[in-house]
Amino acid sequence: MTRTIVGPFNRVEGDLEVALDIEGGVVSRAEVTTTLYRGFEQILVGKPAMDALAIAPRICGICSVSQSLAAAAALRSAMGIDPAPNGVLAAKIAHAVENMADHLTHFYLFFMPDFARQDYAGRPWFEQIRSRFKAVEGQAAGPALHARSQVMQVMGLLAGKWPHSMAFHPGGTTQSLDLGARVRLTGLLSGLRTFLETTVFGADLSALLSLTSRRQLEAFAEAEGADGDFARFVRIALDLGLDRAGGFAGPFLSFGAYDGLFPAGSSDGDFSPATVSEDLSHSWMTGNVELPGHGETRPDAHKPGGYSWAKAPRLDGRAAEVGALARQVVAQDPLLSGEVAGVGGSTVFSRILARMVELAKVLTAAERWVDEIRLKQPFCVPSRPVADGSGIGLVEAARGSLGHWLTIRDGRIERYQIIAPTTWNFSPRDVHGQPGPLEQALAGLDVGASGAKSPQVQHIVRSFDPCMVCTAH
Amino acid sequence: MAFLDRFSSELEALGLSLLWHPSISEQSGEDVTAILADVIQGRIVLDILCVEGAVLRGPGGTGLFNRFAGTGKTMMEWIRLLAPLARYCVAVGSCAAYGGVVAGGSDPTDATGLQFEDSVVGGALSKSYRSRAGLPVVNVAGCAPHPGWIVETLLALSSDQMTDGDLDVLGRPKFFADHLAHHGCARNEFYEFKASAEHLSHGGCLMEHLGCKATQAVGDCNERGWNGDGSCTKGGFPCVACTSPGFSNIGNFLATPKVAGIPVGLPLDMPKAWFVALAALSKSAMPKRVRANAASDHVVLPPKCQRDGGE
Repeated sequence: MTRTIVGPFNRVEGDLEVALDIEGGVVSRAEVTTTLYRGFEQILVGKPAMDALAIAPRICGICSVSQSLAAAAALRSAMGIDPAPNGVLAAKIAHAVENMADHLTHFYLFFMPDFARQDYAGRPWFEQIRSRFKAVEGQAAGPALHARSQVMQVMGLLAGKWPHSMAFHPGGTTQSLDLGARVRLTGLLSGLRTFLETTVFGADLSALLSLTSRRQLEAFAEAEGADGDFARFVRIALDLGLDRAGGFAGPFLSFGAYDGLFPAGSSDGDFSPATVSEDLSHSWMTGNVELPGHGETRPDAHKPGGYSWAKAPRLDGRAAEVGALARQVVAQDPLLSGEVAGVGGSTVFSRILARMVELAKVLTAAERWVDEIRLKQPFCVPSRPVADGSGIGLVEAARGSLGHWLTIRDGRIERYQIIAPTTWNFSPRDVHGQPGPLEQALAGLDVGASGAKSPQVQHIVRSFDPCMVCTAH
Repeated sequence: MAFLDRFSSELEALGLSLLWHPSISEQSGEDVTAILADVIQGRIVLDILCVEGAVLRGPGGTGLFNRFAGTGKTMMEWIRLLAPLARYCVAVGSCAAYGGVVAGGSDPTDATGLQFEDSVVGGALSKSYRSRAGLPVVNVAGCAPHPGWIVETLLALSSDQMTDGDLDVLGRPKFFADHLAHHGCARNEFYEFKASAEHLSHGGCLMEHLGCKATQAVGDCNERGWNGDGSCTKGGFPCVACTSPGFSNIGNFLATPKVAGIPVGLPLDMPKAWFVALAALSKSAMPKRVRANAASDHVVLPPKCQRDGGE
């Protein structure tokens, strides 16, 4: 048996290290390490409650709106107020844009460049893919970044700036829109639609959204959408067997996204926040198993048995996968539910597929939300001061379920606990030795003579689109 | 900036070649440590070292809160190894510059900036640190900094156009630090008349009641757009002075601290008595339109239009 440490792991957000035990060309055990701890939960303690709106989003430069919305939701539940409907719409649109931008970044900058690695030099598709997707040098990234920066102008209109806006409040959003702003929103979303339909999918979004089975998907990739980057992904992924790689059997969890567009739930049925716990047995943290509403964060870099700064979230005691695929499984999307049912779990292929389907679903919904804004109505109702109380804010970031648990005493933050999407997906083991989802997805992988350098390791890790800065926060 | 087809062509056109970036380079794992070894051993010349994030010295001076994955070393060690080899060293963001939010509150990780700890010279690197070209760490402060500040700093450095004299006393490039976030604020007319917003989402000036520090914070934030043409104050929320050391610890971001009803944080270089006198005068001259719109989330009284043959 040889143990190999893989790191720094590039083209993921933040710092990731993976230790692989390899026996006879097969991964026998994986340990996933979050190597950065900044202590936001500790930093927030003692601050005035509303300061969470300024500090929490700064956990992350790529899912800042998600962090803002979780903080605002936690404060809102402590305040017991209802937000202005326009504010809900504006927040949904901004959130949708952030999440779509993340999906695009992941596809073009993080995931696809691995197919341009020299490892695949013999494949019939290699030359075309290398010219299109090679990291830094490929042709696809420039236009994708341009489309991304264009649609991110939605943030300038709705949130002043991105990242780290303070426009998102318990009572709504701080920027009222006029007619000019609304038509600019429409124009910016239309620009993204054009990019998706011409370059990403090579077909109308409605055509993509009508796919309900693998058979239809393969037909789409060979015919109607054949010239899109999405079809290139489908063909390559199936050629390389990524529809059988990196599996995790579930459960899958979603806190529910966009105010009902995608429901809350788990693949096992309903979801209750009371079933979420964090296990600290293999974290560099003092403590055992805790409920986040009562959790403590006490780092101990020398904790025996610890191998990650991440805690290990568990759903009713089980490791759970979160993200676009989990959202679509919980939403019972026929195409993605079929993928998961077909092999008894998630795969590299279905994780990417879910993000692409979400791009089409979310953009279509966001276009509708822009039309639903009532320009003469308020966007924000005042907050209500809370001396003592508690709240929970559960949202879906691009990468999955994000929760903030907050307790307020004398108007100040007494406790702030955060579970981020990658905390779920890249969790370490728990006290029962149950590995986290990525650890399970890597175990059993046939890496052959390549060992830890097998590109399959790269595909599996990146298929989760990890955000390591959020993971231990 | 126009986007060429290839990201690399765009960099080349600007005279930059990317040695390694954690989010976009192909190299991972051993290929990265090989690049780092080449730099340390002088086989690759390091022109510009960009560091994002505070340097975490804890726990107990070990730096173990931030190990650079796969290298067995802490990020603190790597920065101290690489910074002296770099022709220029750039701290990107207020965390790397001063410690930022991460050094706030109870500062659980003993976080610091590269060459400043808060506003005091001397962070993870020595007080006397100079990069090979003789410059201290260039602090592209901001949380987050405007992308233009980052790119323009890199271009000025790659063409050797930035000198000591181009940095302010906190190491920030003067091309943005010689401005105040207040300059060009779209709420300027409300500021002139001290017509103040009472709640977030109101149209008025955010300084008197809602904590806005734009008259004290450096940055050309309202002179160049964010994500198109946005800005914090345009977005309806106060400037938190994110380009300043220690900004996150001031706290109570949404309320203006006052003594006897007068905001404590007045514009830095204006005599207080003058400010109070002028504020009283301008408030008394406040047009009805400005007063009404300041405390409303929509324009309720538009500017009067002159039209031939009537009002």
